[in-house]
Amino acid sequence: MSTHAGGSKHQVQQVETVVIRFVGDSGDGMQLTGSEFTRASALAGNDLATFPDYPAEIRAPAGSLAGVSGYQVHFGAREIHTPGDAPDVLVAMNPAALKTNLPDLREGGMLIVNAGAFNAANLEKAGYHANPLEDEALQQNYRVFPVDMNRLSETALEGSGLSAKEVARCKNYFALGLMYWMYSRPMEGQLESIAKKFAKKPNLADANARVFKAGYAFGETSEVFFQRYEVPASRLPPGTYRNVTGNYATALGFAAAAHLSGKQVFLGSYPITPASEILHEMAYLKEHGVVTFQAEDEIAGIGSAIGAAFGGALAVTTTSGPGLALKTEMLGFAVITELPLVVVNVQRGGPSTGMPTKTEQSDLLMALFGRHGEAPLPVIAAQSPGDCFWAALEAMRVAVRWMTPVILLTDGYLANGTEPFRIPTLKELPRLDVRYQTGPNHADGQFMPYQRDERLVRDWAIPGTPGLEHRVGGLEKDSLSGMVSYDGMNHERMVKTRAQKVQNVVADVPDVEPFGQDAGELVLVSWGGTFGSVRGAAEQLRARGRSVGHIHLRWLNPLPRNLGDALRRFHKVLVPEVNDGQLAFYLRGSLPGIDPLQFNRINGKPIKIAELVARALEITREVTA
Amino acid sequence: MSTTETLVKEAAYTKKDFESGVDPRWCPGCGDYSIINQVQRTMPALGVKRENIVFVSGIGCSSRFPYYMNNYGMHTLHGRAPAFASGLKISRPELMVWVVTGDGDALAIGGNHFIHAMRRNLDLKLLLFNNRIYGLTKGQASPTSELGKKTKSTPHGTPDAPFNPPALALGAGATFVARSIDVEGPHLGAVIKSAAEHHGSAFVEVYQNCPVFNDGAYTSITDKAVKADQLLRMEHGKPLLFGKDGKKGIRFDGRQARLEVVTVGENGVTEADILVHDVRRDDPTIAFMMANLALTPGFPTPIGVFRDVRRPTSDELTWEQVKAARAKAGDTSLERLLASGDTWIIP
Repeated sequence: MSTHAGGSKHQVQQVETVVIRFVGDSGDGMQLTGSEFTRASALAGNDLATFPDYPAEIRAPAGSLAGVSGYQVHFGAREIHTPGDAPDVLVAMNPAALKTNLPDLREGGMLIVNAGAFNAANLEKAGYHANPLEDEALQQNYRVFPVDMNRLSETALEGSGLSAKEVARCKNYFALGLMYWMYSRPMEGQLESIAKKFAKKPNLADANARVFKAGYAFGETSEVFFQRYEVPASRLPPGTYRNVTGNYATALGFAAAAHLSGKQVFLGSYPITPASEILHEMAYLKEHGVVTFQAEDEIAGIGSAIGAAFGGALAVTTTSGPGLALKTEMLGFAVITELPLVVVNVQRGGPSTGMPTKTEQSDLLMALFGRHGEAPLPVIAAQSPGDCFWAALEAMRVAVRWMTPVILLTDGYLANGTEPFRIPTLKELPRLDVRYQTGPNHADGQFMPYQRDERLVRDWAIPGTPGLEHRVGGLEKDSLSGMVSYDGMNHERMVKTRAQKVQNVVADVPDVEPFGQDAGELVLVSWGGTFGSVRGAAEQLRARGRSVGHIHLRWLNPLPRNLGDALRRFHKVLVPEVNDGQLAFYLRGSLPGIDPLQFNRINGKPIKIAELVARALEITREVTA
Repeated sequence: MSTTETLVKEAAYTKKDFESGVDPRWCPGCGDYSIINQVQRTMPALGVKRENIVFVSGIGCSSRFPYYMNNYGMHTLHGRAPAFASGLKISRPELMVWVVTGDGDALAIGGNHFIHAMRRNLDLKLLLFNNRIYGLTKGQASPTSELGKKTKSTPHGTPDAPFNPPALALGAGATFVARSIDVEGPHLGAVIKSAAEHHGSAFVEVYQNCPVFNDGAYTSITDKAVKADQLLRMEHGKPLLFGKDGKKGIRFDGRQARLEVVTVGENGVTEADILVHDVRRDDPTIAFMMANLALTPGFPTPIGVFRDVRRPTSDELTWEQVKAARAKAGDTSLERLLASGDTWIIP
């Protein structure tokens, strides 16, 4: 850290990383404020990760505890793995937001509150008996800055002719302007963004710009703040970057699959939180070979996709847990007909409707085993928002190459979280070759739908191809002709063959390479969206001199060939998960002699690095003792 | 997205070209034999290449259908055939896609897919074999079993009122709705051909006898002795007349807003009073009233086409949007797509 005087009277302190959380009422525009600040940080070259946290209700009663919406951004001059355990800065727009988020603010952290919203009515709605801003303990524990953003926004908009309601809606730009000043962000980009966003309503564009500037100026001229901060650009690998959410990256991955294969990508989907944005985004990619179909229900979502796959499309369906449950019979159909299909499950809190807007990793076992009959299929999981692009592409590549349905697991945290995504060059993208059978594939000049190559993969013959007319279906079929067969021995052969084919996909699964070290006291094993927390924990543990490795699993089925050997080189195996121990259970059953310790959090949020580090330290102390 | 040449220049096919060679496994005397016979006879006349025709079915006796047709086919899950067919048709609009289903498959477990396939006006041809019973599961009441019907699952008679399938299809917005009967071969063949030629969702209900679990379900209208009085053969542009001597007819009673049976030459009724059948009526109300006459005491059961109107289909509109998006977009390269939005460079 260094301190120098900037271009103004304020000291400018350089900091390595900062976590800011914007919280307010659902109607306060906190998601917009957070994402705009994130954009500025990205453009300033910081690495970052974000975590939007919003209620399931579109408009919970104003000012209520249930209606609090938040957006956390962690940005820095070094590699950022997670949105951060605890905010360094909390920007709270009303009492309810303060009440629900204050426990997370780190001790001594900065608390900026919209004092104008701390009136009797709002205090009562938040369950405060007295104004917490007058509480001495608050002043002692945090650096508190009450700013009456309501009044200051009103003042900035005097004579604008806007209604009181419209004026009130501008105040999030005051908070944004203040944070721009505090973190030394150039105003121009934001002013352009406002002009663009409100292009159709010039009076609102003008008003928001005025309030934004007022927020910035308030930081500069008021005597409230003593210091500004600067977070230098991070040392990310060279390249062109953009900020992406996991859901957008997923959509982009499938569009890339259409380009790379030259084939149509067909998405059949039914709206469900938190997966709907993939459908929204893909509906905008029509000129990139993507066709979308909003089905009448989850079952028709996957059914239409399988129908399109029969027709030769690269088929996708997107959903979340309850939807995956509805799709299970269809998944069995895709398994038995051996048609390529990618099912994206953006996991959320369950069971049942559970916590739709909160993240969880609790569908792993359903993805692996949740079908009747023997119905194995490959399962892959994305590890970060940007990685959803690569995971979607990989899932489709495997589905087509192996003629099988593939489940891609992401989660609510990856779906809505953002990070800088290095845009790949075309040369960095994998090949995606699609081959349709065009003539007979059998010695007698016939087409046999279940004729297989040496990898046990059958041919894909699509309607419109003369001479290859054939029928597929859910009944067990003869292992060569595909005709309905009730022969028990044929069934056993088909069950074993389908399983072996999925096992053969291991040829496309790279061996694991532990991070840090490949033998030692403890290895952390993660999958999916916990990558960032676990990698961050591993780094901290190693910085403290502990002998700790980290293995992250991308493919959950088949598991990497060397996984068992890699784990056995450590004294202890710890599996942190946002569920009650599903990967741990799976590893126990899959890898003889491996009995992992567990670290489980199921509170709708990503794992906190500090908590995981504390648990890992206990274990390593035991090992050393 | 290739646009395969769909039409055959000359009628090069015979019925045999559409037989897969697999022997059907329906019970002896099953009405399904007659239906597949008519479908296979109709196919050569459609002028569509065999490889561009796909039959999709669900689960039930009728749903074995695709195995016996020498086309592309999918024998899918119970009730779900319209879902598979919808995806296939949207993805490959140049294909001719048929759905073969039954009363349990389409109206019970698959009711949702059925109504949505109809309301979307996708260019699908849906044949519903209605035997008013569950056959493959050996004799339970179906959504078209008549009220009070005693079956294995309803030993004291079903307390549930049945669906009238064409009325349901009309209510859901189908643009082509028809009904025929397994034993009326030539009529059935003609209706299937009309459905094939319709552009949009085409629904055909086929009354089909199940000789094992619901034998004689339609004898009250198909027996030689009664059918002239019990069947009304609707023809577009012609008055709705029926009966042995063709004197009975359907009149629209405007005052009561209902249909009634009258006799030409009695009570001052002339042929001019008889409702003229018009399949192109924009408003489906009359078609709905006609559909509901089926199996109603005092009324004949109408067979033939109830409605046949042209509307833009869902698959056409989908592809118009794709074309418009392509026309509007400048650079549609992958590089451009990947680098869209706010970007920054790290040297």
